[in-house]
This record gives sequence, C-alpha cells and structure tokens, in this order.
Amino acid sequence: MPWQALTRSIRGRPVRPSGGIPKRRSLWERIHLDPWLLGLLLVLMGGGLLVIYSASGQNMNVVIAQAIRFAVALVAMLVVAQLSPIFFLRWAPVAYVIGVLMLVAVELVGDIGMGAQRWLVIPGVIRFQPSEMMKLAVPMMVAAYLCRCELPPKLKDIAVCAVIIGLPVALIAAQPDLGTSLLVASAAIIVVLLAGLSWRLIGLVCALLAAGFPLLWMNLHNYQRQRVLTFLNPDTDPLGSGWNIIQSTTAIGSGGVFGKGWLQGTQSQLEFLPEPHTDFIVAVLGEELGLIGMIAVIFLYLLIVGRGLWLASESQNTFGRLVAGSIILTFFIYVFVNVGMVSGILPVVGVPLPLVSYGGTSSVTLMVGFGILMSIHAHRRLLPR
Amino acid sequence: MSQRSDKLKNTEQELRIFRARALLAMVVVVALTSLLVGRLGYLQVVQFDVYSTRSEKNRVRVEPLPPNRGLIYDRNGVLLAENRPTYNLTLVRERAEDVDETLDLLVELLELNDEETSTFYERSQQWQRPFQPVLLTSDLSEEQIARVAINRHQLPGVEVEAQLLRYYPDAEVMAHALGFVGRINAEEVANLDATRYAGTHFIGKTGIERFYEDELHGQAGLRKVETNARGRVLRELERTDPVPGKDLTLTLDKSLQMLAYELMDGRRGSIVAIEPGSGEILAMVSTPGFDSNRFVTGIDRGSYQTLQENLDLPLYNRAIRGHYPPGSTIKPFLALGGLVEGAITPDTTINDPGYYQLPNDSRRYRNWLRWGHGRVDLERSLAVSNNTFYYSLAHELGIDKLHEQMSNFGFGRRVAHDVQSESPGLMPSREWKRERFDQSWYPGETLSAGIGQGYWQITPLQLASATATLANRGEWVKPRMARRIGDATLDRDLPDTPEDIVLAQDDWWDSIFSGMEKVVSGSEGTARRTGEGLEYRMGGKSGTAQVFSLGQDQRYEADELEERLRDHALFMAFAPIEDPQIAVAVIVENAGGGSTHAAHLARAMTDEWLLDDEAPEAEEVRETLETDDSNVEGN
Repeated sequence: MPWQALTRSIRGRPVRPSGGIPKRRSLWERIHLDPWLLGLLLVLMGGGLLVIYSASGQNMNVVIAQAIRFAVALVAMLVVAQLSPIFFLRWAPVAYVIGVLMLVAVELVGDIGMGAQRWLVIPGVIRFQPSEMMKLAVPMMVAAYLCRCELPPKLKDIAVCAVIIGLPVALIAAQPDLGTSLLVASAAIIVVLLAGLSWRLIGLVCALLAAGFPLLWMNLHNYQRQRVLTFLNPDTDPLGSGWNIIQSTTAIGSGGVFGKGWLQGTQSQLEFLPEPHTDFIVAVLGEELGLIGMIAVIFLYLLIVGRGLWLASESQNTFGRLVAGSIILTFFIYVFVNVGMVSGILPVVGVPLPLVSYGGTSSVTLMVGFGILMSIHAHRRLLPR
Repeated sequence: MSQRSDKLKNTEQELRIFRARALLAMVVVVALTSLLVGRLGYLQVVQFDVYSTRSEKNRVRVEPLPPNRGLIYDRNGVLLAENRPTYNLTLVRERAEDVDETLDLLVELLELNDEETSTFYERSQQWQRPFQPVLLTSDLSEEQIARVAINRHQLPGVEVEAQLLRYYPDAEVMAHALGFVGRINAEEVANLDATRYAGTHFIGKTGIERFYEDELHGQAGLRKVETNARGRVLRELERTDPVPGKDLTLTLDKSLQMLAYELMDGRRGSIVAIEPGSGEILAMVSTPGFDSNRFVTGIDRGSYQTLQENLDLPLYNRAIRGHYPPGSTIKPFLALGGLVEGAITPDTTINDPGYYQLPNDSRRYRNWLRWGHGRVDLERSLAVSNNTFYYSLAHELGIDKLHEQMSNFGFGRRVAHDVQSESPGLMPSREWKRERFDQSWYPGETLSAGIGQGYWQITPLQLASATATLANRGEWVKPRMARRIGDATLDRDLPDTPEDIVLAQDDWWDSIFSGMEKVVSGSEGTARRTGEGLEYRMGGKSGTAQVFSLGQDQRYEADELEERLRDHALFMAFAPIEDPQIAVAVIVENAGGGSTHAAHLARAMTDEWLLDDEAPEAEEVRETLETDDSNVEGN
C-alpha cells in the first residue's frame, strides 16, 4: 500500500512548463540519452578496444568479441534508458528479493568456478552470476526504502538499510567473493551517505570497522589473506602470488612518461603480465602509453564521474538522485580499485577496469547502470518536485 | 495540506543535502584520483630506472655460446682427438600434441631395447622449464635419425640436436698420453672462470687434455635473446662469437705409438721414446690401455669399478707414474757420474772375483756371474753389465755424490715440460732416509744403489729422458709433448732446464757409447741377440728389476702368482750412435727371462723410427721373442 501511494505521488501532476508552451524536445531528449555522457563513454570504449588489441597479443578476434559485447551493452543501456524511474522504483524490491533468493540458490546448488561458488547454471540455458545483478539491485532497494523516509535518515531507517545491505553482502562474501561483496556493500552504503547519514554516525561506523578488522581478518580465506600479505610485501613470494603485482608495477614503471609505444610493451607482449587484457589491462596501458596515456585515461574517467554526478544532482526526486549518485560513484570505485591494485597500492581483488577490461558481464552491468542514470536524468521533467 | 508542505520542505532539504554530499564526493573523487596519478608518477618517473631495468631483465636472457675445443694432432698431422657431432633426441613437451603417444611412437621407431626404453621414459618425466627441451636419448645412429626424420610430421616438439663430443679415434693406444675430457664436476666448477666456461660441459681431466686445458678450451661467446615469460626464445638481440680453442700439434708419432702399443701385446709395462736433439716425446705408451671415450660421456659405475679392480691396473699411467727399480739400466749414468767426479777414467780397470767387499766387512756383494768377469774396464763393465765395477764405483763416489750426479740426469725429479701428474720417482739420499725412516745411511745401501736396486725408483719417462740426455752428450733438452700450440711453436730451450752434464774430455762420451754399443753388438753383450742384423749403430743397456713383494691387499690365483713374482725387464737404448735420432726406454713387468724381452721391443722401436718400411711388424717381433725365451743371461 505505501508503495502505491508513493508511486502515485511521484506520478502526480504533469510537469508544468515554466514558459507556458512546452519546449520542443531534442533528439537526445526523445531517446532519453545524455549526449555528453554517451560521448565520453564511447571515447572510453573506443580507446579500450585499442588497448585490448595490444593486450590480447594483437588478436583481432578478441577485439571483435569485445566490440560485440559493447554493442550489446549499448543496446541494453538504450533500452534501460527508455524505462521510467518509476519502473525502477517499483521493481527494485522485486529484483532485490529475487536476487537474494538466487544467492541462496547459488549457495546451495551453485557452480564452482575459480575456487568460488559464484555461478548459477540452468543447463543449456544460461550461466549467471546473481552477485552481478545485486550490484544494481541492492543500492536501488536502499534508495527505494530511503526515499519514502524523512531525510536525513533516522537511526531506525539506518538499521533497516543495514539489514537490506547485510543480507546479500553476507551471501556473496560466503561464496566466497569478497571483492564483489565489498563493491555491492559500498554501492549501497554510498546511497546511505548521499541520503545524508550524519557525520557522527559515519565516525561511529568507521570506529566500529577499525575495531572489527581483526575479526574480519580471522574470517578471511587463506588465499584472501595471502593476497593482502602479498600486497603488503610482494617480494616475499616473487614467483607465486607476488608475481602479479611485481610484473604489473614493473610494466607500469618501465613505461616512463611517454611509454614504450602502442604494441611495443615488452612486459605485455612477451606474456610476463598476468591476465593482460582483463584485470591487469592498466599495466598494458601504463607500459605502452606511459604516464601521459594514464593521465589522459584517468582524466576521461574523471569527466565521466563529474558529468554523472552533475546529472544526479539535476535529478528532481530523491530516489533518482540517490540511485544515480550511487551508480556513478560505484563506477569510480571500480576505477580506483582497479588502478590502485595494478599499480600496487591496493591488494589484488578481481575488479576489472570499467569499459576497458575484456569481459561481457561487467560491461553490460555498467551500461545498464548508465542506462538507469540517463533514464533518471531524461525523465526528470516527468517527475514532481 | 500541512503535511504536503512539510514534504515540500523536506524535498528541498533533501536536495540540499544531496548536493552537499555530491560535492563532497567529487572532492573525494578528485583526491583519490590525485593519489592514483601520484602513484603512477612515482612508478613511471621517480622509479623509472628501476622498473626499466627490471623489465629488460625479464625480457632479455643471456645465453652462452661455448667454444669448440681445439683439436689434437700428432707430429704428422694425424688427428688424435676430434670433436664429433653426436645426435641427441629431445622433446619440448609443450609443443607435442600428445606426449604419451609421441613417446610410444618414438620407442617404436628407435627400436629401443627394454633397458633403453625404461631410461627413455624416465628421462621424459624429468622436470624442465616450459618450452625447454628434455633430453630423451643420446648418440642416435644414422638409421635412427633417418627414421625420426621420415616421421617428423607425426612428432611435433621432437628434435634431433647435434652436440659436439670429444672423440679419440685410437682411444686405447692414446688414452694415457692424451688423457681425456669429462663432465665438469662440482669441485672444478668452484675453481673455474665462470665467464670463460659458460656453457661448457667438459674439461680436460688428465694428460694433455688437462695440461693444455687453457689453450684447448678457448673463450665462450654469448648471445642475448629476447624471451617471453615461458622462456621461449623469440629473437637474437646481440651476439659475441666464441673464440675456439687452439689446435695442438703433439710431438707424438702415431704410427710409432701404435707399434709400441702392439709390441707390448697386452702385457703390463711401458715404452717411452724421445728424439734426443729436440726432447720431443715420440711415443709414450702405458699398457694395458683403456677406452677413454667412455669417460667423455660419463662411464657407468659398474664399468668403472671393473676397470679399477682390474689387477692389471689399466687406469694407471705407468709411463709417468710407474715406479720401478732401474736395475742395471743406470750403469751408464753411474759411469758418467764417476767420470764427472773424477772417481774413474775410461781407463779404470778392476779385477772382478765375482763379488765386492766393503773394507772391514765380511759380507760379499755378488756379481750376477758367480765366478766373476775377471779384468773389467769401463766399456766391458757396460757390455757385460758387471756389478763389481759399479759396487766399487758407488763406494768410491759415496751416496752424496751419487745422488747429486744422478739427479743431474733427472732421476728423483720431474723432467718433462708438459706432462700432467708426472711422478718424480725416488732418488734416495742421506737426508731422504733420515726423514723417511729416521735412520742413517748405511754404506751397503750405496752399493745397492750402484746396481740400481734398493730404494731407487724411476719412471719409464725418466729413463727415456736420461737416455736422451746421454745420447746428446750431456746436453739437456726438456722432454715435451707439444710441438705447436695454435700458431706458436714450442721453444727448444724451456725454462727450468737442468744444467748440462760436462765431462773433462769430450771423447770420454765415446767410451760410454762404445760400451753401450757392445751391449747389443759385442760378442759378450747382454743383449747381443737383439743386435743381430742391425743396420745402424745402436747403444743400449739392459736391466732387471726384482719384484720384492706384492701388495698385501692384492690376491692372485695360484697360477698367476708365479707370473707376478717374475722380474721386470728393462731396456734403454739410443740410435744411431753417431747422430742419435731416438732414445727409448722399455719396461715390461714380470717379463722374466732377463732383459731380452725389453731389448727386442726397443730394437723394434728404433728400427721403425730409423729404417724406411723395413721395420718388422709387431707380429714378427713377438715370434722372435717366443723362440728366444731360452736366452736367460745378464741382468
């Protein structure tokens, strides 16, 4: 019942054109896309394809496969952008509940890959990682809950959010997939932060986390602990887990200011780099295009994040703002975690570089996120103040 | 209505909060981005050199290029040691489609026997870096190579690799003279120049191969190659060619060496021949020999043990390490010592009753001929190998002068320039005996030394060297094995050459020579049968060395015991007397039958060296020896 009331209030009255006569809507407005954001994303994807060509050992098949994925992702974005934010608001709880159920299913009957139980397989039909969907479903659920509360959130609301967040995060962490669970958690926590969580509470939570760290450490899997330890001192195990970090920092460092040139990176072309076209693609970039190339790419990401935040704050209702802000800041977290990991300031976690690393699922998830972001922006006039 | 306005107010407040938080988020984003850029700047600018070097090291591998070992020739350019390509079968497992299938097919193609098959599979399991070949089997035959070649298409990853391996064409004959190379062991690695020996697996272990190791080895080259992370070579970046080892031309004459080996006919002993004027060692044989090629690749434990436990000690280089009492062969040298010291002149004559007695001593030191040789002068003392003359001379000289004079001929010291592990033998002296036994020297021991018995021990090489010096009328030329090293010729005069032996009158040499000629050509000569039909003038001296005892740990079969207790036969000779071209020392262990056996072999050697094509075949000499066994005379 409260949901219906809420959706009605959002639908409410049609937008009142300020000047009396409704403005002619541009092409971009009609297809619900933001040309600036789309342009930046396309530049990023195009650059990504060039790097993938080099990182895959100049394998055109890989580039074509990735281009196809990008095309699918763009279509997904375009479709999602046409949906109204009300749709997301209405379906967020459904998606959330289904997601949690699937995570439970994964726990029970999931397929094991890379030492963790992440995949849900309906034989012959689909192989699916429910945790991927939760990257969007959980923050939307939190935003859907918070937008009907009085903001800044009260303690009771925060407790509810904690439960909403905690359940799927715990399930994902149990797979075990600490990296994704942290990303899902941070996407949702960003919603709470943007909603205006009081500084006092933020401080309290930080203190609790610091105190709880040893407990967390005790519950980590051996390989996870090893990763953290190796990150702290990669030279202790130069041929084992330290190999990745040593080789990637070597690749980046040896690139210098101007880089060794596209397709000229010895670390990446001679296969010293682990997973050069997926998680460690930044190392290829840093080696071949140097500091200048890195700064250019990082600046591109910065522009995307800036534009995204701008669009979010232009949104005229709380749900849209919170969701859009979360999507774009999570996007930045991906960038930061990936570059930080490859350049050796963060431990190795399996986070790809958004829209550059080779991979379908993450690209589609990201672009669906951008689709939601654009939908929120494009439909702002339809929303009441 | 009021509720609605509350909501409106709240919405504005929410927007305000959001914008503040979004702004803050952007600040955090920019801060974190700066952190990343800072980190990248640190890696790519500040630490650039470090990582640049590290990346080069990753990529570039330095591979040594071992030099080809120098070849060894005899004095006529006949190859004595070569590098032969042997063919190894290797497999790069990563390239094979199905390793098990490939292995099975290879076993079938190569027709390996059971034992070979099991080592073959064992080797295929050896750990190896990815993309590095695993050695499956070595020394493939032509036929095996051909079969692998025909089926190449079915055998991806299989390669036939050539490797140069030392090979000695006449290993048994040359083993002791040349020595051999073997795999470098851990101890040797520690003492080697790692740069020079990078990539080299073999090193000279004994003989010439060891002595001239530095010259034969050469200098390793290197190539820098680019590899990928799996160690696969992609291309060559830089190359320094190796400097091959120098070829060595030896003084040995292969045909003379072969003859010497055949003459020994499997008996234990040694023959050494030297060209007196140049000091060049023409032949140096120690028998029995062994197949040194088996040591190159590494001999198996069982075979090595068999060689070591062989009673004939085939691994023992008798020519340079065998210790024998010289017996009567030292009589010419002793006579020369007496002449130098003025103890005798060529005209000195004694009366031999068949024994010698020291003053105030009743003990009789016997001549080998019980009833004595009567009047004996210097020449006759040599021809008949009279003992009494030399007892008297030794007593006259005393051990100190005797030791000094014999040392001048090289006894008790290492004589050769480039013979590895040469033994100095043993030239006894007062000091030596005090040190060794803590006893003073007895006059009777001087008499024993006078006939080459007692503590005195020589090597065949020493005897040949002393004979060469004698033939040179006292002029010392150090014996040597190398004639040319690369382009350089070995000097005739080498450092540390002993002082020449000078007599008061030069024609005194002729007296000695004359005495030695009578040994083989005189009517009373101890080796007169050997001199029959001689086409040139030859000087010689026979000797018999008593076998005093057997090693305590040596056990012989009853019928073998008698043979091993027989005397050793010795003979030294040079020819032609007027212009000596060859000096020979022959020692045949447990030959029995006096010195005849050795004398015949020495004659065969000089014949071979001095006469064209008329030299008897080893076969004929052996036949002569068989009919001659009755000739038991002299010592």
